[in-house]
Amino acid sequence: MSTVIRVKANINGFPVEVDHGTTILEAAQKVQVKIPTLCKHADLAPSAGCGICIVKAKGNRKMLRACCTPIEEGMDIVTHDPDIVQTRRTVLELILSNHPTDCLVCGRNNDCELQKICAEFGIRDDRFERLLPNIPVDKSTGTIILEPKKCIKCGRCIDVCQNMQDVWALSFIDRGFETRISPAGDIKLAESPCVRCGQCSAHCPTGAICENDETQKVWSMLQDPANHCVVQIAPAVRVAVGEGFGYPVGTNLTKKLYALLRRLGFEAVFDTNFGADLTIMEEGTEFVERFVHKKGPLPLITSCCPAWVDYLEKYYGDMISLFSSAKSPHEMVGAMAKTYYAQKKNIDPAKIKVISIMPCTAKKYEITRAKEMASSGFQDVDVSLTTRELIRMIKQAGIDFKKLPDEDADLMLGDYAGAGTIFGATGGVMEAALRTAYFAITNENLQDVNFTAVRGLQGVKETTVNVKGTEVKIAVAHGLKNVKFVMDKVREAVLNNQPVPYHFIEVMACPGGCVGGGGQPYMVNDEIRKQRAKGLYDEDAGLERRCSHENPYVQQLYREFLEKPLSHKAHELLHTTYKSRPLYTK
Amino acid sequence: MVVETLKDDVQAVIARWKDREGNLIMILHDIQDRYGYVPREAALEVSRQSDMPLARIYEVLTFYNYFKLEAPGKFNISVCLGTACYLKGAAALIAEIRHVLRVEEGQTTKDGLFHLQIVRCLGCCGLAPVITVDEKVYSAVKRSDVVGIIAEHSKGLEAN
Repeated sequence: MSTVIRVKANINGFPVEVDHGTTILEAAQKVQVKIPTLCKHADLAPSAGCGICIVKAKGNRKMLRACCTPIEEGMDIVTHDPDIVQTRRTVLELILSNHPTDCLVCGRNNDCELQKICAEFGIRDDRFERLLPNIPVDKSTGTIILEPKKCIKCGRCIDVCQNMQDVWALSFIDRGFETRISPAGDIKLAESPCVRCGQCSAHCPTGAICENDETQKVWSMLQDPANHCVVQIAPAVRVAVGEGFGYPVGTNLTKKLYALLRRLGFEAVFDTNFGADLTIMEEGTEFVERFVHKKGPLPLITSCCPAWVDYLEKYYGDMISLFSSAKSPHEMVGAMAKTYYAQKKNIDPAKIKVISIMPCTAKKYEITRAKEMASSGFQDVDVSLTTRELIRMIKQAGIDFKKLPDEDADLMLGDYAGAGTIFGATGGVMEAALRTAYFAITNENLQDVNFTAVRGLQGVKETTVNVKGTEVKIAVAHGLKNVKFVMDKVREAVLNNQPVPYHFIEVMACPGGCVGGGGQPYMVNDEIRKQRAKGLYDEDAGLERRCSHENPYVQQLYREFLEKPLSHKAHELLHTTYKSRPLYTK
Repeated sequence: MVVETLKDDVQAVIARWKDREGNLIMILHDIQDRYGYVPREAALEVSRQSDMPLARIYEVLTFYNYFKLEAPGKFNISVCLGTACYLKGAAALIAEIRHVLRVEEGQTTKDGLFHLQIVRCLGCCGLAPVITVDEKVYSAVKRSDVVGIIAEHSKGLEAN
């Protein structure tokens, strides 16, 4: 057993003792010293790109970068003196000399790390002549907008895209002043392997990568009296939206959100959690068909995550037959709003506009990704907004969010079981599916519906579930870099005609699942992911109905409209198809 | 550009370097030697055959000035931007060529005739500013000379 070596040093005169390998930046936090950073992000390894975190070590003439320098025995570190602060200012002024100053009309205005640090340092004038690269804006994906001229070359998005997500759409190309973020060879992002997960936008410190803001489109829809606008919120939105209003991280604001959305002018407020329950009915039944009745290949792979769908179509095109054909929850709610709801309320479906509030940028792509997304004759979902866009809409509407009363959703497409709400966290879809699949296979409800083995932030979670003597082997992966481990195992087994390693696989593209989605509030880290997930699991634990098949409004929907899971009508409205896509179209 | 032997060419190059660590640069060198530049089709093929992300290949291709991403023209115009040529007004020559040929640095004219590249010091600073068209050297070039130099090479070819 190796013993951990401890290192003793001084920071600003305070003694500090830490494990060997701890950086100066981390050691400083132990003595309440905050060294400013710009490129460092809690999710990512230090890149030492920006030079803001420089400190002095006595006896060393060079300044050291605190983010990437391990503290050594006997070091005497100074983190703040006039000389250091002046050097940091100069670094900032140099960054600003290549950065536009149109902050007032930038997507990150008032929520920008560069703006914040410039304010803290009291930068008041342009010391250096401003030189801006002339690189066009890329709006090709319709989900995120790339504005390379606002890039400070911190490298976070590249690290996220290449290493955290293993997508390899973004890279630094060229060198020196010409260096820019771009897909290989200056093509458009939509022509690259980009899966629109938006993690780059969630990690960008500036406005160089932003979600495609569609709030004005929604305001226009709400204002047109010919429209009947309805809305739905995804599970993960309810536990993150509060961060925009000073609530503790993870506060579940479901009922306040319902009240809010009515005040914004929506005529009906639905919940994607209902759609999650409906997805489980379809996908759970699909699993039973394949697992018990051998009708179809295994393992069954979940398909609620549109970035994951795009990734599989591009990187594992040979394995699309394993995908569940069930649409994602918000698409299902959209399809039901324009058929079942329209009929029951006697509303012309052409007038119904469905707006989804999602933690996700890829959902903006999903709503038109295949012709089945309009299989009722009308596009299931008209606009998909991110949590960040909703926060802006609330502020624009002048509503005192914190003082709003609690309200209920329109239950017809808004009631939900605990299974629906945990969809927003990694492992949640699997857990929800197991609860209902167990019932479908055994015709009995579980004594204990908690599957804690699939919860938490471990990159790949593998376990075996015993369904009355039959073993169901499952795997859960989140963060696309973790997919390879699971999918390569499956591919190898298939190629060698061996038994498959799993029966059921859940994948969510973003680390932590949707709670850590690319459209969620900024500055996420694992602690925040855990708190947001806790907000969902706590709600699930407190609900009377925990299983999707117990949702009375889902039961009513099948009774009155869909007949039964996987019926002809369900297939037509609630299922989709996939196709292999090339990584590059140019 | 589509070459029928492209797949085989790339396969042979990768086989040649497959046991060498950090072989991407060698592979790309070989491809440029073969085609005169690195065509996108070849980069895509290297990516497929070596399981190397295209983004990584382009990071390398665009980092080193040596690699060319466009087919060279029938004539290669090199404008020296070394210190002496720069001081003697090479920037104005580049502007004039860009204007006359409607190409940027590193690009080839649509008719495939001229490729414009910027080079650093050709080692004959006494002749500054210097332009070369393939092997032919033009010294003490003035902005007003540019059209004539280009015409000298394109003469007779346009009729084809």
